[in-house]
Amino acid sequence: MSTIAAISTPRAQGGISVIRISGENALEIAEKIFAPVSTSLTATQMQGYTCAYGNIINGTETVDDGVLTVFRAPKSYTGEDVVEISCHGGIFVTDKVLQLIFANGATPAEAGEFTKRAFLNGKMSLTQAEAVMDVISADGKAGLRCAEALKEGALYRRIKAVSDTTLQLLGSLAAWVDYPDDDIPAVDDEEIFTTLEQAVQNLDQLLSTYDSGRIIREGADTAIVGKPNVGKSTLMNLLSGCERSIVTDIAGTTRDVVEESVRLGDIVLRLSDTAGIHETGDVVESVGVEKALKKLETADLILAVFDMGAEITAEDRELAEKCKGKNAVAILNKSDLEQRFDFSAISDNFSETVTISAGQGEGLDRLKTAIENIYKLANINSDMGILANERQRGCAVKAKASFEEALGALRAGATYDAVNILIDDGENYLLELTGERASEAVVNEVFSRFCVGK
Amino acid sequence: MSHYIDSYDVAVIGAGHAGVEAALAAARLGAKTVLFSISLDNIANLPCNPSIGGTAKGHLVREIDAMGGEMGKAADQCFIQSRMLNRGKGPAVHSLRVQADRVKYHNHMKKICESQENLHVKQAEVTEVHVENGAVKSIVTHLGGEYHCKTAIIATGTYLKGLIHVGDTSYESGPDSTLPSRGLSDSLKSIGIELRRFKTGTPSRVHRRSIDFDKLERQDGDDDIQPFSFETSREGLKNIVPCYIGYTNADTHKVILDNIHRSPMYSGRIEGVGPRYCPSIEDKIKRFSERPRHQLFIEPMGLDTDEYYLQGMSSSLPEDVQIAFLRTIKGLENVEIMRNAYAIEYDCCNPQDLRHTLEFKAIKGLFGAGQFNGTSGYEEAAAQGLIAGINAARSVQGKEMITLTRSSSYIGTLIDDLVIKGCSDPYRMMTSRSEYRLLLRQDNADERLTPLGHEIGLISDERYEKFLEKQAQIKAEIKRVKAKSLAPTDELNALLIEKGTAPIATGLKMNDLIRRPQISYEDLAPFDPERPELSYEVREQVNLQIEYEGYIARQLMEVEHVQKLEEKRLPQPFDYRTIKGLSLEAHEKLNRVQPENIGQASRISGVSPADVSVLIIWLSGQK
Repeated sequence: MSTIAAISTPRAQGGISVIRISGENALEIAEKIFAPVSTSLTATQMQGYTCAYGNIINGTETVDDGVLTVFRAPKSYTGEDVVEISCHGGIFVTDKVLQLIFANGATPAEAGEFTKRAFLNGKMSLTQAEAVMDVISADGKAGLRCAEALKEGALYRRIKAVSDTTLQLLGSLAAWVDYPDDDIPAVDDEEIFTTLEQAVQNLDQLLSTYDSGRIIREGADTAIVGKPNVGKSTLMNLLSGCERSIVTDIAGTTRDVVEESVRLGDIVLRLSDTAGIHETGDVVESVGVEKALKKLETADLILAVFDMGAEITAEDRELAEKCKGKNAVAILNKSDLEQRFDFSAISDNFSETVTISAGQGEGLDRLKTAIENIYKLANINSDMGILANERQRGCAVKAKASFEEALGALRAGATYDAVNILIDDGENYLLELTGERASEAVVNEVFSRFCVGK
Repeated sequence: MSHYIDSYDVAVIGAGHAGVEAALAAARLGAKTVLFSISLDNIANLPCNPSIGGTAKGHLVREIDAMGGEMGKAADQCFIQSRMLNRGKGPAVHSLRVQADRVKYHNHMKKICESQENLHVKQAEVTEVHVENGAVKSIVTHLGGEYHCKTAIIATGTYLKGLIHVGDTSYESGPDSTLPSRGLSDSLKSIGIELRRFKTGTPSRVHRRSIDFDKLERQDGDDDIQPFSFETSREGLKNIVPCYIGYTNADTHKVILDNIHRSPMYSGRIEGVGPRYCPSIEDKIKRFSERPRHQLFIEPMGLDTDEYYLQGMSSSLPEDVQIAFLRTIKGLENVEIMRNAYAIEYDCCNPQDLRHTLEFKAIKGLFGAGQFNGTSGYEEAAAQGLIAGINAARSVQGKEMITLTRSSSYIGTLIDDLVIKGCSDPYRMMTSRSEYRLLLRQDNADERLTPLGHEIGLISDERYEKFLEKQAQIKAEIKRVKAKSLAPTDELNALLIEKGTAPIATGLKMNDLIRRPQISYEDLAPFDPERPELSYEVREQVNLQIEYEGYIARQLMEVEHVQKLEEKRLPQPFDYRTIKGLSLEAHEKLNRVQPENIGQASRISGVSPADVSVLIIWLSGQK
């Protein structure tokens, strides 16, 4: 197989960038571009699991200096000869080193290709590969726990419990059809109804936790909304005092949407502090308001801030109206002031209400509980197995749809041979979910979710 | 010392249901063919159940007929009772099954073979197959006669080192007390063919006068009899005899269990592997001990005999035990056994050594068919015989051999299962073995396979014209039905309500009504005055194709999905040990089977989906 290379660290300004080369010519390529200083051994002479400090060279020109680590097949991530070059961070320098490696015979790695090779060389199973992906991308602690549980097969056991019952039903149908002379008890409608309805119900439960699972894994896209001066920025600052999980600050003006990720308990909130929502003639501000309204539409979670020290206004009512039916927490700020806000008029629009005093730094614990309530995190037990990604969710959705179709066909009076085909379909999707039925789509899907360099 | 006798294109060893189809197909395709049988009085014998068809087997017979084989036509000529099984369970699993007159069937097939141009029928035991440079060269008989042949088809059924067991008695024999084939096994081993031991069994035959029919349930044939063959007219088909149903009881089970130690199966004297799907009565009682009774069918062996067959009572218990347990059954209290039940062990090959053409991978020109390939059943045998015969003739003629896909037919499914998955006990066809059941109906076998049969040369131009006309009529009528609206008249709504479905308020296309499970094409005839005069077969297709349109589309999508994996071709031969990510078991199985593509690889037991994923990724890296 060809020798591939890619930058394995995020493409961002940082202290160090790591470039990974894998394949049969990895060592030869490294030898051409790396002049060791700390040792007299060249790359091809180095043993596995050893490092050398030296210069990265293009002929006589020194491009950078860094550390070369050698892994020899099969004891490497991919199972092939691998070298990793740690050079100085920065997009410009790293790119230059990578180009140099390509010029010396490596080809650019495709997304997930390192892991694909690892898989191909027997270094990991397909479901492990999928779990690796989730571990890599898990933001919060709970996310990591769920990914670990997936690796241990909690989801597999849960799906298996469903597919075992439908498989048994298929077995009864087959026996009854194939042995008409054998006095085999007829399969009746009721048996099919009971089994399929139970299967649909179980899949429903599984699917209902998918959103919570996704929030745990990916974090909640959170919008802080409210009129100007109700304390949004103060809340933002208060939350920013929380432990930061990832550095993904995107700079913006105060009138634009500011994003920052913070961790509150088990959940990562990707915060957007929006411009105050109110009618405005200011052109620049109106752009911000528009964005705020849009954000309100698309966010996973809305933190709607109200000023308890002021009378309720039409704008407050309008905002509350927009929160209806969404995952929205009403945040009643300035609880330390005299209470003039009639919250009861709009309280129906919110699933959770929290009283805080952002200025005093008080009420964060209650907010954390409220958010956990919204996502029913108490119900999520990492051991119970939850759907971890879109592929798995897709299989569960299709399986459920097939079983529902079978129920529909049966109700409409269709013959068992037709109903049977629909149950077969559902069963196949469940097997695809657990990886017991292989298809190219599954393989492609799993590896396409990897980023280049992994 | 052997002596040269003659030269042939195709030599068929064994004249059972596989051998007869193979020989007829090869001869009809113009190959000079010889058909050997140890006894010409046993050509196309029905040594077990005198019946043809049944679940999935009926599908096979229709498919054999659609390609130009003989079994369907012969069954139509020789049946004495006909039933369509599974009528209430949907058209995909409707299965035609007939009771045949055993002796008439044999006589009929023998005559067909004798009358066939290019086909010589010979009584001899073939004892040797000679191979030269990896290809078949000749076969030699027990008399030393050497027949040069370009291809040979082994269709030895249960004759190969046949060994019959009844209680603690065992003796070398073919089925129905014929001579066994003794020498051939060693010759096959010497040319590198791995043989193994399978076992099957048959129940006793009893005398008509000893049966009290009044105590049994009578089972009549269908009123509207459908033939197997496209070429048989529906006119004049009739049932001549009824069959009967009886039940075992606690006393029967007690007799069997009390004597189970006298069964050669339980004493360990039989080493062969028996069929899971056609167990002996002692097996059934041991395995399903909670069942208070088992059903048995009492079926006539023919019109010129008083012998009756006891379907479901196959056994290898001693003679006295057989008499004792049969006499516990209501209606059989005074039963008189004419032929005892027995178990028979025989040699067969591992079908994983075959290609989908049924040619041995290792020996050019050598084919296997029927029970020799590890199957059970006349229909399974005939289906393989047909394919082996066609391919032997085509290979001699320098034409490309044919293979059938799983989505084309039960025949394709059968052969793919054998060659790819192999079998660890005698393989019986079942509808649940096909993932494409709604496509592979017994009623559309002609649509699926007759164009191929015609292209090969086994379907006459005349029949093909008729087939094309039928297809055109179906297409035209479906088009008309889809365009035709029915008004919501009181009469129509009365019918809809009577059939248990909702009345209509506005006009509706006729096909939308037919799609309702409660309503058939036939039901709407009174409201459809312009309806053309069409045959039953055409009307049936119009109804089914409309009613099951959605399901059929669904299955076609699945076919497409699988097709993608079938298109991913694997190198051959190839040493899979060079792919490190595969499991140890996958290495072994893949190296043994040498699948042609990823689709085949995915069906090999022991090759897990994870292994298949490895293959897919490995293959994508090879480009």
